[in-house]
Amino acid sequence: MSVSVENLSVAYRSHRGDVTAVDNVSFSLADGEIMGLAGESGCGKSTLGNALVYLDYRMKASGGKVTVDGKDLPISDSNAMRSRRMTEVSLVPQYAMSALTPTRKIGRIIDDLLKSHRVKDRDKVMTELRRRLELIGLKEDVLGKYSFELSGGMRQRVTIIMSSLLNPSLLIADEVTSALDVSTQRAVGEMLIEFRDRGYIKSAIAITHDLSILAQIADSIAIMYAGRLAERAPTSVLVDSPLHPYTQALLASLPEVGVRHDQVTLSGIPGRPPSLANPPAGCRFRDRCPFAFAKCSETPPFEEIKPGHLVACWKASQEHAEMAGTGRGLPLKEQV
Amino acid sequence: MTTLKLDQVSKLYRATTRAGGLTPALRKVSFELKPGEVISLIGESGSGKTTIGKVLLRLTRPTSGTVTFDGTDIATYNSRGLKDYYRHVQGVFQDPFSSYNPVYLADRVFALVRESYFPKVSGLEWSAKVEGALDAVALNPGDVLGKYPHQLSGGQQQRLLIARALLLDVKVLVADEIISMLDASTRVDVLNLLVKLKRQGLAILFITHDLSLGNYVSDRTIILRHGAIVEMGATEKIFGNPQHDYTKMLLTAVPELHKKWQHAPLAPLAVSANGAGTGTAEILSSDAPASMLARASVIDELAHAEQVVKRDLRAVFGGGRAVASGKSQVAVALEPPTLHEFEPDHLVADPE
Repeated sequence: MSVSVENLSVAYRSHRGDVTAVDNVSFSLADGEIMGLAGESGCGKSTLGNALVYLDYRMKASGGKVTVDGKDLPISDSNAMRSRRMTEVSLVPQYAMSALTPTRKIGRIIDDLLKSHRVKDRDKVMTELRRRLELIGLKEDVLGKYSFELSGGMRQRVTIIMSSLLNPSLLIADEVTSALDVSTQRAVGEMLIEFRDRGYIKSAIAITHDLSILAQIADSIAIMYAGRLAERAPTSVLVDSPLHPYTQALLASLPEVGVRHDQVTLSGIPGRPPSLANPPAGCRFRDRCPFAFAKCSETPPFEEIKPGHLVACWKASQEHAEMAGTGRGLPLKEQV
Repeated sequence: MTTLKLDQVSKLYRATTRAGGLTPALRKVSFELKPGEVISLIGESGSGKTTIGKVLLRLTRPTSGTVTFDGTDIATYNSRGLKDYYRHVQGVFQDPFSSYNPVYLADRVFALVRESYFPKVSGLEWSAKVEGALDAVALNPGDVLGKYPHQLSGGQQQRLLIARALLLDVKVLVADEIISMLDASTRVDVLNLLVKLKRQGLAILFITHDLSLGNYVSDRTIILRHGAIVEMGATEKIFGNPQHDYTKMLLTAVPELHKKWQHAPLAPLAVSANGAGTGTAEILSSDAPASMLARASVIDELAHAEQVVKRDLRAVFGGGRAVASGKSQVAVALEPPTLHEFEPDHLVADPE
């Protein structure tokens, strides 16, 4: 198990008290696994991703433990994290289109990266860099260009190359495909898979609100709702037989190619997610859930109710009572 | 019957970069928008979709060609005529979060409409009108009136803007990427709203880069590439039986829930940063895997842009030969591929 996150909570400090954006989240990633993390805006998915790499001054980890390759990751200690970033955990930030500084050439930015991480064997890394550029169809002369001379898709790919240059165990790719056209989206998605296949990155978390992209690139998908994990399962299981009502509603609201309004009327999810400043007790999806019943006023456990399939829902737990409630909070090794 | 018609509309943008040059954003685009019809305008970034929306709303003037509304060229409107035009033609844009001034209440957008279009309407009558418009977009007045923009969700903000357009006697709605910033769970509600408004006789130009959304909502589809129409016709014909290679490529790249991309190993594809490399055309003809196609298309896009800039530079600064040939190079760059009829209501462009 290359990455495991146990009971992680992350809060934002504010004048009116802490806002817990990530609440008691546990999951683990196997070697070579790409996990998709999806949810509505404001559900805490980006916060979770950022927390694993860089907690800025507004955020604090209010509990939990993260291990990467069996070693503890001191996410609250920014100085100790310094040497672990890029080499063990790495982030492709959201809005990667504007992540590259416009005043420096791409080559200079990469130089900085190597210097700040005191990379000894520069030549080896640079050769590797050239190889990777070639692999994804960029020529070496991008290194002599400014970021604004590149198209959106090229910038996105350069950012991924930079983030994964020192072969991190875990790459967090935050909305890497969102601002791109379909054809570029596909190229970037396949690049992520390619990098995983070649072992440049051991595992990855792809954060996005677009479930259909995850269906293409992820091995497993986790759905987040209002700061908590709602469901986690291998991709095909989650897409074909979701158990959490939220996941079901989310999938039902996606139009597929070939579906017209006069044949099928899709429906959205009424209501809004609750405010995280003062979240309601119990299941947080309760108010929007068509299946809510009395038990839902208690917080449902995030438990494994089928092998590799974890859900936080009382209804699903009751329907699959034979496996639920055995106290196995964390998943066993995922089937990839 | 009100129709909005584009006739041979071209738009050249002058580049502000060091190299200068002209970018043809639209190349002789012609189509017609009829009442009760949703046309989805699909294209990748830089294909000129938004420029069409801007030209229709007269936010920018076309370099050549005309836009006519009910037989009148919209370029001829004076300020009063233009105000009247906006009574009938309205736009809603991509980013609802920046359409509001955060300092004011969100329903100020209604008050502004009242100020300029209905100064004589009484308060009571006006609130009835607002409620009617909110009802049409399925919003509860109590939920949205008197609130600041940050208190509303993206979907509510976007529907509020549509309601604003409905307060006027709107016949045509230009909806430019109105759902790309919304969450999946609220997207569909806005789409269903468009369908409902269409049934009431509104003409909608639905500009998007998302093929599945375009397909869901529209009656007719236009595929744009490099500012020219490459395929146009009834939506089910375009999606059911795409003819142009570009349309086919777009459709293979759409991520679907239950079907994986046809996976093919990535072969190295030599290309330089400024885009010289194998073009889509060659790859298409060589029967290569689809993933290569998707990548080549990105590169092709760049190569094309560069080519055009170079060509235009020559035309502007050293175009002696171009002038001698009687046809300026800019004009050549503007010439779109010819459309021919593949079947009724399905036009396909020749490959470029």
